[in-house]
Parts: sequence; C-alpha cells; structure tokens
Amino acid sequence: MRGISSWGAYLPYRRLDKTQIALFVGQGGGKGTRTVASFDEDPTTMAVEAGRIALRQASATPTQLMFATVSPTYADKTNATVVHAALRLDDSALAIDLGSSVRSAMGGLILAMRSQGVSVVASADIRTGLAGSSEEANSGDAAAAFVICDDTDTALAAEFIGAASATEEFIDRWRAPGSQRTKTWDEKFSEVTYLPLGQRAWKQALQDAGIQASDVAMVAVSSPSARISSTVAAKLGVAKVLDNLSSSIGLTGAAQPGVLLAMLLEQSKPEQIVALVSLTDGADVLLFRTTKYLPLAQPDTTVAQQVACGAPISYGRFLSWRTMLAIEPPRRPEPQRVSATASARSENWKYGFVGSRDTTTGAVHLPPLRVSADGQRTDNMQDAPMANVLGTIATFTVDRLAYSPSPPIVFAVVDFDGGGRFPVELCDIDVDEISIGTRVRMTFRRLSVIDDIPNYFWKATLVRTP
Amino acid sequence: MASHGIKDQIAIIGMGCTNFVEHWDLGLDDLIVNAANECYSSAGINKDGVDAYWLGTAQGGMSGITLARPLQLQNKPVTRVENYCATGSEALRQAAYAVASGAYDVAMALGVEKTKDSGFQGLNATPPPNDGTGRTLTAAAMFSMVAPAYGNKFGVDPIELREAIARVAWKNHYNGARNSRAQFRKEISMDTIKNSPKIAGELGLFDCAGVADGAAAAIVCRAQDAHKYTDKPLFIKALSFVAGNGSGLTDPAYDYTTFPEIAACAVDAYAQAGITNPSAQIALAEVHDCFTITELVLMEDLLFSERGTAWQDILDGRFDLNGQLPVNPDGGLKSFGHPVGASGLRMMFEAWLQLRGEAGPDRQISTDRTLALTHNLGGYPGEMVSFISILGSQLG
Repeated sequence: MRGISSWGAYLPYRRLDKTQIALFVGQGGGKGTRTVASFDEDPTTMAVEAGRIALRQASATPTQLMFATVSPTYADKTNATVVHAALRLDDSALAIDLGSSVRSAMGGLILAMRSQGVSVVASADIRTGLAGSSEEANSGDAAAAFVICDDTDTALAAEFIGAASATEEFIDRWRAPGSQRTKTWDEKFSEVTYLPLGQRAWKQALQDAGIQASDVAMVAVSSPSARISSTVAAKLGVAKVLDNLSSSIGLTGAAQPGVLLAMLLEQSKPEQIVALVSLTDGADVLLFRTTKYLPLAQPDTTVAQQVACGAPISYGRFLSWRTMLAIEPPRRPEPQRVSATASARSENWKYGFVGSRDTTTGAVHLPPLRVSADGQRTDNMQDAPMANVLGTIATFTVDRLAYSPSPPIVFAVVDFDGGGRFPVELCDIDVDEISIGTRVRMTFRRLSVIDDIPNYFWKATLVRTP
Repeated sequence: MASHGIKDQIAIIGMGCTNFVEHWDLGLDDLIVNAANECYSSAGINKDGVDAYWLGTAQGGMSGITLARPLQLQNKPVTRVENYCATGSEALRQAAYAVASGAYDVAMALGVEKTKDSGFQGLNATPPPNDGTGRTLTAAAMFSMVAPAYGNKFGVDPIELREAIARVAWKNHYNGARNSRAQFRKEISMDTIKNSPKIAGELGLFDCAGVADGAAAAIVCRAQDAHKYTDKPLFIKALSFVAGNGSGLTDPAYDYTTFPEIAACAVDAYAQAGITNPSAQIALAEVHDCFTITELVLMEDLLFSERGTAWQDILDGRFDLNGQLPVNPDGGLKSFGHPVGASGLRMMFEAWLQLRGEAGPDRQISTDRTLALTHNLGGYPGEMVSFISILGSQLG
C-alpha cells in the first residue's frame, strides 16, 4: 500500500487586507485577506519551508523530489536542486521541477502515488496580477509538501486508494512566461466546461477505489475560481466540503491542491476517506483513507496555526515586494552577484545551515571552521546542522542605512540552544517586536537576485505561537 | 613569546596632514602629493632623503605604484598595506620596524583615502567574490548593538546612556570647531545630537563619524639621528597590534560591552612603553571614535575608566579639552572626518602638534605630561583589528 506518511503546508506571514486595494487603486479588492510572500521569499524558499515541516515528521529517506511552481526563479537550471540542498536530501535522490502550469502540482502528487520509492512532492506559488485585478485580490501565496511512500518504507498517515483524471484543451486562464498578469476568458464558459469534467473524473475515481460518494467523509475542491469550486463541490454528493479559506489565504495556484490536502489531513480523523478534486485544464481526483497513524503524523506547524499567526502588510509595500511599485532604496551599494564556485564549496553551510562542532570542546562554529577556537586542532570537527535549532537574541539593531530591497534591516546576534552564535538578519518582523531574550528560529530565504542569480541563505524569524 | 617593542629606538621627525573634507576638486594623487610635500618640508628633507615608503590605503589603489606614480619616486621600495580602518597606523608601524631593523635610515608612512568618489553614504568596501552568506550590515549597525548590551549589563538607564554618548559627540565637535583641518567645524548642541535622525539602532546621524577625503604622512628615522632633522622629534614608545580571530561573532560568551582585541592591545602597548597608570601618565589620547558608543567603550578598554563607569566619566567632563585626560582634542573621527587609510596617521599628527606645543591657542593642552596615545581600530565588535601607539616628546 502506498500513501502519505507526512506533510507540511507553509503560509507566508503577511496578510493583505483587501479593502486597502480600492482605496489606493480606485478599483478592485474586496473583503477578507490574502497571504503575501515576503520580498525575500520565492516559490523555492517557500517549498523549502513546507518541506522542512513535512520532513520533521518523516523517518523514511527520500529518493526523489518533485517541485511544482508556476513562477520558477530559474529557467533552464533546476529549482528543485535548491530545495534538495536546503532539505539536505541524499545526493542519490532525483530532484526535478514540474512546470510551469498550475496543474503540474496535482500531477506531481498523482505521479508520486503511482511511483516507487520515497517521494517528496512540493509545490509553491506566488500570485499577483495587475493592481486592482480580481487575480490580485482573490489569489494568495503558499506552499505545500508531502512525503509519499509505501507502507513498507514507513507508517502511512493516509493510504492512496484511487485516482482519476479528465483532460480537455480549452482556453480558460493563461499568461505568457515571466508575465505577472494572468488573463481569463469568460468564467461562465469555464464553469460549464469544468462541471462535467469534474463529475467524470469523480465518478471514475470512486469506481477505481470501489467506493460510493457517501463513503467520503470530506472533500476539498481546488480551483482558481471559488465559484467553480462551489459549483463542482455541490454536485459530488459528499456531505462535508472543506472550507478552502479563500477569504483569508486566497487561491494559491500551484500550491492550492497541496494546501487543501494538508488541511484535509489536519482536520480528519483516523480511518476516514477523504478526497481532493483539482480543476485546472481538466479535472484530477485523489482519494485517501486515513490510518491510525494519522494523529502521530500531524505536523508541528499546521495550516490553522499559520492562519492565526499572520500580520498585516500595507498595500504599498505589497506592490513594492511584487516589483509593481519601485521605492527609493538607501543610497548604498547593491550586493554583488554570488560566486558559483564559492557557493558550491559551501553548499552545506549556505543551503543547509550546517556549521561545525569541535569534537573535543563541543564548541559550534557558524560558519564552519577547520581550526578549533583555541587554535590548537585542525579538522577535528563534525557537522553541526543548525537549521532546526532554536535560538535566543543576545543583542540586536535596526539598520536604516544598509541596502535592502525592503528597508530597514532588523538584525540580531542569535545564541543557539546547545551552543553556537550567529549574527543574522531577521525577517517577518516589525521593528517594535524585537528585544533581548526573544526566541527565534531559522528560515530559508532569498537575500537578493543579482545577474539573475538568486542568493539563497538563512535568516531568523520569531518563534510565534497562536 | 613576547612583544619586545622598540621603545625609544625610532623617532618621528616630520609630519603632514591635509584638511579632511569632501575634496571634490582633489583626487587621490593630489592628496598624496599634498601630504607628502608637507611632510618632507616638516622634516626638512627632500624625496632623495627618504629610503623607503609604506602606503596605507584601504581602497584607494593597489600596490606601491599607487604612491610611486603620483610622487614620481625613482627606484624606491614602496609597500601598500591595508588593515581595515587601522590602515594608516599599519603603514607607520611597518616603516618604523623597517628602520629599526637597520634596513633603511629614513622611511615615510603615508595614509590616504578618497572616500567621496563613490556616491554612496557612509563607508563601503567591495568584498571578494563569495558565497553570499556574509553580513551586509553597515558599521553603524554593528556598533549600535553595543549600546543596549552595555546599558543592560551595567544597569545604565537608556536616557543617561543617550546623554553620555551625545556628550562624546558634543565634545568632539567642540574640539573640531577649533581645528582648521577638521571636516566639521561647528559646535553642535546636545539637543541637536540627541534628536538627529536614527541611522542604526539608537545611533543617530551625529553619533557617526564624518566620512571625508584626506591624507596624512610621517617620516621616521633612528632616534639617535632625530635631532639632525628637528629640535622636537617624537619618540615611539610603543606600537601594538592585535588582529582578532572573529570569535565574538561565534562565541556566545562575548557580550558586546567591550572590545577584547583592544583590551589585549592596550596591555601590550602599556607594557612596551612602561606605563603603569595610563590616565595619570598620558597627556592626551586620540581614539577611534567611529561611533559615539565606541569611544565610550574605548575609555574602559584603554583602562582610562573602570568597567561600567566610562559613561559617568564622560558626563563629568573628564575627557574634555580641559579635562583630566583630553580625548580627541583634534575633533576625532567624529568631526575631523575619517578617510580610512589616513586616520591613523592623522591621530599621530595631533600628537605631533600637541606634544610639540603647536596645536594653536584654541586647543593646545598642557605639555606637562609628555606622552600621547593613539588608538585606531578596524572591523566590528566581535571581529576587530586594534592598533595602539604611544608617542613621547622625551627619551626615557
């Protein structure tokens, strides 16, 4: 039997109050909020964060990684290799991108269910649209990741019991690669096209699993249109339809099926059948039966917790983060392009946040050193993986002069539990939130992009509990 | 293992120093020529009388040719050195040791920086190609982390600490206003200092040193030859240098209330010079006041104040121009300006003027005591280089 052993969904910290949009633009917006990825996040970093949540509950060693996004940071070069490095997966694991359509995310889950070995399937999306558009108001940014394997690899939280697809070519939603503007045809046309596709795939999946619609305890329907989701959900014959949080998170494109599946698993009980329906350029259905291990596999950071922890962002700052509004930077030099060779040599440190630990004294060196702090021993070190170690702020500052895509820089000297100190930039924080003694955790970010090369590294963020 | 020092072996026999300002009309070569010519003239010699040169510049140019070309030196050895903001001091240190070794009779150290051609605020350094994981913070931000840590450790109320560091800026502007070569020649009120726009942490604009263009130079020879050139040479009593190992950035034991590299450097310097009671024996100190909070901590690391009390000594006026131990009587980095490669030699230039009684009526201090200390640092709290010189107008 194959299925899901663990999972994680990631929501960025900031929330845009959509009533701000019309005040600024004179049109658009609406009620509720949407999630907003920070200026230092991209789909790759968000996939890393979702993957870290999923892998903290995992015991099997992944043999392949699939990463789906509509807006990859790199073309030609694989983005999944960054995720692979940050998650510190084994060198022997395959890492590939699935792209660049929304449907590729659901496709990744289906492929992994029908595959072998231990798969990590990650998906992430940052969605914007022109100012005042419904795409801007209705979308959101998020990521999700799943560890999919056989029950002989490790205990499964949810067994895969059936799947089906229905595919049709029609021009519904589209954009040119690199464009921020998603265009749509006529939602009524989409609605009448998706409904029979959804019903066809649904019927086929139930047949594949040998169950009735009434056997399904809860269904989630993913679609770029809340209206189409509702229309199709109403025709499935399932009593309970998952609230997709479109009015607080937004519709998250390639991340949406994963976020909804995570929510299904976080809200179900053991021994229930749950269904995920995704409506993009056709219809795809996945059916699962949760197991007795479901409670043990619950992530330490759930969607509900992250929804409760968000904080507001102004519409102007949102626009600047999405490069829709250029703001004046400090009169300081921009960072340099990173060196490919130097980055390759420091892969463990740069991507994995792995320092060195002196095997004689136990002292932790961040970044790793070859020579002990007392200067007496060389190469007497072992790896010190620090990405999941919490820390405490020893002292801090706010730099209003240094270059940042979103000044000012909040910066702190962080002392890690069990040893090790690293002075590091903080993210997802308001200036008045910081003080000596504040607890922080590490998060993977994109510091800058120079010459089309993203500079990925780690920052610290506050440990927040809802 | 020991630091033997070269007490009284080497003398400074001539110095030069340009004005430190935004020299929009002077390039690096002009600054070099102006400082060198003043220095030759001060020592009463010409180019042929100098056997070897050390050029200190952090980013002004590479190799000794940066100096040899503008001065059109003929077949002379010229070494370019760089050691962060202690670059100018390092040039003097190397020149002094070269003469002490017997390799040369006369050597010049010249420090220069053209900071204002970048178009950016503050000081900037271009790092070598790297993996992108290094800090990109400004120096102001790195030093600003000292203030809350210091206040926290010694129980100093933030308002009192703010008052104390403002007093450092006030004093250095007061002194700089009396120095025709200084970048900023206005006295600044305590209110203006305290209410200036924040740059980093609690440090405002007036807590930060001026960024200027400038050059300064010194000529050294063996002490026994000094009186051939001048009646009033300065004798080198100590030259101490410590390059930190960066442990403060990685060691949780470091608390950001002291600069251990400087404390170690001070102990070594006082031992070389035979100084046992710095506050009583030293006539003046030129210290690296890159930020006001830096000068406060330096008063403790240099053993002028007890730990946790420098803020009080500052408020008491102990380091004022007419105080018990004048600190930065020329205005310091704060108002004299900070052309990186020149600053260390500029500090010695003030010692040169004061100990020879040539600082002018506006800011001349008593010459009853005959020793001056210059302290020059580079880097940041936790990762720092420190230089200290002790110079004296008398042998012995």
